[in-house]
Amino acid sequence: MVNSADAVVSNTSMSGTSSLLFRVLKTIGSIAITMLGLLLVTFIIGRVMPIDPVISIVGERATKEVYDAAYLEMGLDKPVLVQFLYYLSDVLRGDFGISYLNGAPVAEDIRRVFPATLELATIGTLIGVIVGVPLGIVAAVKRDTWIDQVARVVALVGYSMPIFWLGLIGLLVFYGILGWVGGPGRVGIFYVDVVPSVTGMILIDSALDGQWDIFRDAISHIILPASILGYYSLAYISRMTRSFMLEQLNAEYITTARVKGLSEWAVVWRHAFGNIKVQLITVIALSYAGLLEGSVLTEIIFSWPGIGSYITTALLSADMNAVLGGTVVVGLVFVCLNVLSDLLYSFYDPRAK
Amino acid sequence: MQKLISSMLQTTLLRNAGRRRVLQKFAIAAVAPILLAVPMQQVQAATPKDMLVIASRIDDITTFDPAQSFEFSGSDVIRNVYGRLVNFNPADLDAGYEPELADSWTVSEDGKTITFTISEGKKFHSGNPVTAEDVEFSLRRAVLLEKTPSFILTQFGFNKDNVEQTIKADGNTVSIVTDKKYATSFVLNCLTATIGAIVDKKTVMANEVDGDMGNEWLRTNSAGSGAYKVVSWKANESVTLQANEDFHLGAPAMKRVIVRHIQESATQRLLLTKGDIDIARNLNPEDIAGISDNGDLKIHDELRGRLMYLSFNQKHPILSKPKVVEAMKYLIDYQGMQDSFLKGQYTIHQNFLPATYLGAIDDKPYSLNIAKAKELLAEAGVGEFEIEAGVREAQERIEIAQTMQNNLAQVGITLKITVGTAKQILTRYRARELDMYVGAWGPDYPDPQTNAGTFAFNPDNSDEAKATGLLAYRNAWSPGALGEKTSLAVTEGDVDKRRQMYEEIQREFLQVAPFAIMFQKIEQAGMAKSVSNLVLGGAITAASYWPVTK
Amino acid sequence: MNQENILQPHRTGLRSWLTADVPTSRAQARASAWYHGWLEFKTNRLALLGLCILIALVLIAIFAPLLSPHDPLAQQLSNRLQPLGSPGHILGTDSLGRDILSRMIYGSRITFYIVGLVVLIAPVAGLLVGTVAGYVGGWADTILMRITDIFLAFPRLVLALAFVAALGAGIENAVLAIALTAWPPYARIARAETLTIRSSDYISAVKLQGAGAFRIITRHIWPLCIASLIVRITLDMAGIILAAAGLGFLGLGARPPSPEWGAMIAEGRRFILDHWWVATMPGLAIFTVSLAFNLLGDGLRDLLDPKSHGK
Repeated sequence: MVNSADAVVSNTSMSGTSSLLFRVLKTIGSIAITMLGLLLVTFIIGRVMPIDPVISIVGERATKEVYDAAYLEMGLDKPVLVQFLYYLSDVLRGDFGISYLNGAPVAEDIRRVFPATLELATIGTLIGVIVGVPLGIVAAVKRDTWIDQVARVVALVGYSMPIFWLGLIGLLVFYGILGWVGGPGRVGIFYVDVVPSVTGMILIDSALDGQWDIFRDAISHIILPASILGYYSLAYISRMTRSFMLEQLNAEYITTARVKGLSEWAVVWRHAFGNIKVQLITVIALSYAGLLEGSVLTEIIFSWPGIGSYITTALLSADMNAVLGGTVVVGLVFVCLNVLSDLLYSFYDPRAK
Repeated sequence: MQKLISSMLQTTLLRNAGRRRVLQKFAIAAVAPILLAVPMQQVQAATPKDMLVIASRIDDITTFDPAQSFEFSGSDVIRNVYGRLVNFNPADLDAGYEPELADSWTVSEDGKTITFTISEGKKFHSGNPVTAEDVEFSLRRAVLLEKTPSFILTQFGFNKDNVEQTIKADGNTVSIVTDKKYATSFVLNCLTATIGAIVDKKTVMANEVDGDMGNEWLRTNSAGSGAYKVVSWKANESVTLQANEDFHLGAPAMKRVIVRHIQESATQRLLLTKGDIDIARNLNPEDIAGISDNGDLKIHDELRGRLMYLSFNQKHPILSKPKVVEAMKYLIDYQGMQDSFLKGQYTIHQNFLPATYLGAIDDKPYSLNIAKAKELLAEAGVGEFEIEAGVREAQERIEIAQTMQNNLAQVGITLKITVGTAKQILTRYRARELDMYVGAWGPDYPDPQTNAGTFAFNPDNSDEAKATGLLAYRNAWSPGALGEKTSLAVTEGDVDKRRQMYEEIQREFLQVAPFAIMFQKIEQAGMAKSVSNLVLGGAITAASYWPVTK
Repeated sequence: MNQENILQPHRTGLRSWLTADVPTSRAQARASAWYHGWLEFKTNRLALLGLCILIALVLIAIFAPLLSPHDPLAQQLSNRLQPLGSPGHILGTDSLGRDILSRMIYGSRITFYIVGLVVLIAPVAGLLVGTVAGYVGGWADTILMRITDIFLAFPRLVLALAFVAALGAGIENAVLAIALTAWPPYARIARAETLTIRSSDYISAVKLQGAGAFRIITRHIWPLCIASLIVRITLDMAGIILAAAGLGFLGLGARPPSPEWGAMIAEGRRFILDHWWVATMPGLAIFTVSLAFNLLGDGLRDLLDPKSHGK
């Protein structure tokens, strides 16, 4: 999980005096360099991986002729750097190549799997925010009381749980025994392929289409994995909220405000909370990015066809086009969210001005 | 604390009516999913009467083009979508191949030419009639595309340059000319394989892109004459098939078949017991045991063609000693594994031809015998040593390796188990780098040659030969005279003689080969009581959905 | 706020030496600082609990051969999947008839081994990169921080998976893979600390005395970065354990038959419906260790992190 320090620190390197244009250019430049590096590292990993990518295409039993033809077709006879440049030029034209595993264009695959992860991570983050922020505030206000301790334990338990194990047990209890939630997958089997895909997110698509039974079914499927991710995210968000709030509540201006006779409510809500909003958004953004990339195991447990399990499967089969494509997308989202929170910081944080 | 919260709430409620509405909405949004989720259990009921829902692992599918498809799940789909010249009747698999799109066939005097008469009145899904021209196109196409399974046809001498002459339509007949005389049963058995599927030439060519003979289009679409057509395929998610009302054996009872990818056995079982699916195909022995007393469900057992084996690399200085290989065969706890973690799903089988194949024998000379193994190792003059086993990441194989490790330790052999993904381990196996391999092998087509040609055939054992497709090569084993016998057996026209030849080959193989074949697979499918007539294809073919009723 | 209570104990013997208002030696000052820290730490009961659990687990790991009732590798196929509380097997047996309790006890060794190695590698690497980048500045800073960003932007588990897949499964490779994904945040923290320390009068004074960059970084900057790093490490520990278990779960951790907890869950998940304890017990073990680390880390943060302190 990412720590707020990461964002906070990179922020300090950004000079507050430079012009907006320069800053935007610099940001774009650094995104580009980061992405390029990301691609290069992934590509190298793919090449040093002791898995023969040709097998993924031709299968275990191909004859030598078929194998050799595929080897040449994949350009594996060329130097690695040349292969990388070819790949790069394709990517810049928006072509991520063909997935060796299922023969479909990677871009098409990503369009299918990314919304699934997005949907899951969004609901997970929502749960994390709705529960985590109030929990953190209460813990800070009631510092060192039993309430604080309970909040602390709730959060740390969330932090400490092996997510794949919690998923297994959750599935067993809430689906297997109690039958309260839908099973693995995004919707019940009868509803597969029924809703026209507009956004790729079933909740939105079914709502757009007015198919409320499918919407309900999708909710019953997403609620458990999203809650598990949400629990993890609330652990982080509530701890950070508490920490930020404490910093504010200990500040002199709060004491001044109290002395002035402002109500406790006004002190906590309007002053302290008002001042941590930006920091909080940063934390939430990072936690969101963390869920987008970190839901691999949850996706595997819940047969959720998201980008995490997509990259993992591809990686383990040396389907490098799919791995590269998936990594680029996840990396890009991560970098963008990071930059976004940095920008927010420098615009709204009084200290950055 | 409570005071604070209530005062917080009061202040918000009183001071800010606008915010209150927002808060209310927020609360509803937060709670609604939970409220909605609770009554879900009532919604779940049995699957619709005319829909068959199957849970299976289908992440191996890469294409539905029969000229290219070479995976288990793909062959299940293609068997239900495409007709072939000759095919198996699911109601009587033991009968062998029977006419399907061909009414009859004749073999020339020299045994090299087989002429098929195409049956009249059968139609593709498009409504086009099935003609000799379609047959010619389909078989030529399979050779011309040169995809992985093409060897099933090209082993008869067909190639890019000669298909115009060797595969030819004439009126309502098609004749194929092989490079030498082969057992007719061998040729026809190969035509029942996935690659023998007949595609609709007009439809396919209408969807050709850049001279690919419709390869890309057929990847996700279908143009067959079988009981079903492909509606959709989402990789790693699901395959949906729609019944062909004009199927020549009559419209199937199941109007829609959905195969859904479910990785976990436990999940498949949960779905099955809840009635969300009709059939679960990957239940492990414990989950089978768990549903065995469920009155709404039943278990269907079928012997399949897949074999589980251990192999020993002959490049290894110690493993290449015949006595050591023999000792290894006595260090496997066949019975113990069959009765524990493989219970009900694998049966002891020690020969390379699966039971029900022509020439299959049932000899089981080996069993766990540590003392005997010690004796053999002593005779070979071998002390303690260490070997590395490559095992793909699959629990039952890892457990086989661990029981082996346990037994080997008792005779002073250290087994280092390297676990990796299928592709990773396979890469090293093909490069002949593994000392020991825990493998599984499924036949490619229902003729003894499919296994004989890989276990007992390896004409050039040099590293330069790169015959990585052959199991014997991967273990650096040169079968010598056995290989020649194998080549002879494919040309034997007399079925009884041919059977005898395979029996002999296997008996010798059992003694000398660095392969310890251990088990043959029994597929156990859990299904709703109401489902009947499902046939998974035995050892020779794939599943048939059209006879299923429920 | 507890300061006054702490400063008024009976001033006799060791304690009075430790709590002396005016330390007479460097050692006493240092010991005194630690002692005061300990006194404050002691008031945080949850953190204390975490520490106790960890000490107990370390002891279990050390004395595994004495504590475990069976050989963790001994198989008995005829005695597999025994339930909780079976005679001789309190936590039952696994798929190959091995005693689960013994495997869990031995598994603690693997867990501590992994955590220990990662902690030796990742923070050190991060410290090196961060302080060099922060102190040298300019191009070195830009390049090093870009590299850090690249690794930060990488999906964590994917990077670890790729690395293990490339080098082959095994504990050492799992350790390297996790370290590879864990160092960037340390580099960021170390750089930030360095930036603040670099411009301080104290460093200028050392510079004037003629100290070189190497000496300044190793002697004067590193010691000052350590406190914030330690907090971060303790909080990361749980993450490391979970990552290691995740790799084990995906079959890329320790080689069989090692009783690695993640791998044990992976083995047991097949039986989750009828033999739930096979996967549940190692899950609880992982949970306990990572919770203990989190409790401890959270307590340490309260102690060392000025942000959450009253000034």
